[in-house]
Amino acid sequence: MYRIDRYNELAKAVAAKREENAKLEPRRMTAEEKDTLLTQFHPDYKQGEFTVLSVGANKGEKVPTQLAALLQGHSRIKAEDVDLTSPDYDTDVLIIGGGGAGASAAIEADKAGVKAMIVTKLRIGDANTMMAEGGIQAADKPNDSPAQHYLDAFGGGHFAAKPELLKKLVMKAPEAIKWLNELGVEFDKTPDGTMVTTHGGGTSRKRMHAAKDYSGAEIMRTLRDEVLNRQIPVIDFTAAVEIILDKNGNAAGAVLMNMETKELLVARAKTVIIATGGAGRLHYQGFPTSNHYGATADGLILGYRVGAKLMYADTLQYHPTGAAYPDQIFGALVTEKVRSLGAKLVNIDGDVFMHPLETRDVTAASIIRECTERGKGIETTNGSAVWLDTPMIELKNGEGTIEKRIPAMLRMFGKYGIDIRKEPILVYPTLHYQNGGLDITPDGMTGVENLFAAGEVVGGIHGRNRLMGNSLLDVIVFGRNAGIYASAKAKETVTPEGLTLDHIAKFSEEVKAAGLGAETASPMLLPKYARDVNNSQENR
Amino acid sequence: MENMINVYLFGKRYQVPKGLTILTAMEYAGYQLVRGVGCRNGFCGACATIYRIKGQQELHACLACQTEAEEGMYVATLPFFPLVKKIYSIEEIKPDQQIMMQLYPEIYSCVGCNACTKACTQGLNVMQYIAYAQRGEFDKCAEESFDCVMCGVCSSRCPAGISHPQVAMLARRLNGKYIEPECRHLADRVDEINNGQYDKLIEDVMNKPVEELKELYNCREIEK
Repeated sequence: MYRIDRYNELAKAVAAKREENAKLEPRRMTAEEKDTLLTQFHPDYKQGEFTVLSVGANKGEKVPTQLAALLQGHSRIKAEDVDLTSPDYDTDVLIIGGGGAGASAAIEADKAGVKAMIVTKLRIGDANTMMAEGGIQAADKPNDSPAQHYLDAFGGGHFAAKPELLKKLVMKAPEAIKWLNELGVEFDKTPDGTMVTTHGGGTSRKRMHAAKDYSGAEIMRTLRDEVLNRQIPVIDFTAAVEIILDKNGNAAGAVLMNMETKELLVARAKTVIIATGGAGRLHYQGFPTSNHYGATADGLILGYRVGAKLMYADTLQYHPTGAAYPDQIFGALVTEKVRSLGAKLVNIDGDVFMHPLETRDVTAASIIRECTERGKGIETTNGSAVWLDTPMIELKNGEGTIEKRIPAMLRMFGKYGIDIRKEPILVYPTLHYQNGGLDITPDGMTGVENLFAAGEVVGGIHGRNRLMGNSLLDVIVFGRNAGIYASAKAKETVTPEGLTLDHIAKFSEEVKAAGLGAETASPMLLPKYARDVNNSQENR
Repeated sequence: MENMINVYLFGKRYQVPKGLTILTAMEYAGYQLVRGVGCRNGFCGACATIYRIKGQQELHACLACQTEAEEGMYVATLPFFPLVKKIYSIEEIKPDQQIMMQLYPEIYSCVGCNACTKACTQGLNVMQYIAYAQRGEFDKCAEESFDCVMCGVCSSRCPAGISHPQVAMLARRLNGKYIEPECRHLADRVDEINNGQYDKLIEDVMNKPVEELKELYNCREIEK
């Protein structure tokens, strides 16, 4: 039961039409309808929320305003703060970030026989990978093919993906699943070993593999265990704050900062992999986020400041179904798998207003339209929301389905007295994924020699929108890819000489020349959620 | 003030608004967290917390991001617990009872106090999954422990010094790799791709003009 009676009352309209709604096969939107919907209601199209960059490799292009402030901000250090001549760490491959991509890269680097090291500002596994619920795509069923997967992803991303990157994603997908399975990841299977697969928004074949609704957690904890078994050094609570270049302008390490003591350290490396993840904690346009505490776009800043180019940094993914109620979990992810299993989106009148498995950008825009222009949302303390009719899942698939297939969702709402088997839930889009990021070659290298990138920090693999289940896939495929190529490159690279942080002053001068104040220290590292107790109105 | 409650963070009293989680209550109190915070959504186990309500006897364990702060809550976070993680090669070990005996022999010292189960922040039957591990029933141990976020509270309460989350991790990997049935269609597809069977198909799609791709995409058949 909802603690607020009004919701219990309103939910009756949903229950009343449930049987009828369950039978419905809502029409899918035409390409034109989708385009119009997106331009009118998707947050990416709100021009006032973007700033044109005045400095750097993407000068003249627009990015979200909060990101612009960081990209054109000032370094946390000065070159003279550290002694580059006596590094605290010396390694072949330095991996910045301990999520799915970083861990996958580390495992491959270790297999390749080079010295690898992970630095992470929190703990290994504290990452968006851990929070991915729904699943991971791969075209491994007889009625499917990598080409079909390519078409779904390319179309879903508005035909903007870099073809060579997307090709790699889909062609390496089955191998990625096999690799994970052989590491011991428990995928949902039938007794004969067949993978249990479902649809995601925008898929034309059922190719979503899952481990209940802990898919990312199951993958991440297994990768972490493997990194530890291989005894790859993991330096936790240590952030990278600047990339170090050598005399030739190649990446040669990073300046690290202990998150607790603020001690600065120097890591020298032959190659560097940025695997720092996404940016949800920048709360673009005031949206809540489903992201990890550390998702603050650090890698974009690290790369941009040494000259790496960004691609599609103006496009973000708002996951259609973030929790809108209760307040305690506002913005938390309600996995798309809920809709894959048959739950539909319903408005205040109890009516289904769209096909539940359109692509995420279209679905998010459609929910926003329902709550704004059409006025068919349900008012909550956090704004308007729509219903996601979870009881429909068991109506269609039988009792017990929810507990078996989406136990995390059952638990998340159950803690607040809401039984999703019996009651629908309130949802609204939440900032979920950074579609854009550092531009890479198929070998995973950025525009800066010996600087690689993998995972959510990369842009171009998915185009301007990403399908469910292609991000977990991306972190594995491109994490491994970066590990393999960065290791190979490290083997043919001699220990870098003439280490320098000259880029800090150079970038700062460019910012000054552009007439900007560079007020913000960047990378951000962590969001500031602590209440300012000395300047709060509520403070007596 | 109305709608404010008293919480005792590490014993010190703070007044915070009703309805916050323990985590956001700490932030309201002014803590800029580095430790003891992670995904903020119940998946990572970083914010394990032990609390007792003033005047009550029982100790509770929870994830701070998933638990509402209550009046009179005495809160101690457990941002790190020294679990024992044994090193092994997943390729070299086998899913037999021996392996637990070798790597985590302390599980056989379980005294059956059930403190682990009572402490589990995910409400899992921890003692039961340890019992399965003792018997070498790794599939059952894997299933019973599946929702574990490895926060370590169970181990903090264990008189036998068992590192339950690591025992379960081992069981799940053994189950995923060796016990669950092998997936034939996956292995076949990987072989087909490696044999170049899809090279032409994918090149064909990649080389089509965008207009043609749009047509293909918009008219593609969607599996029911």
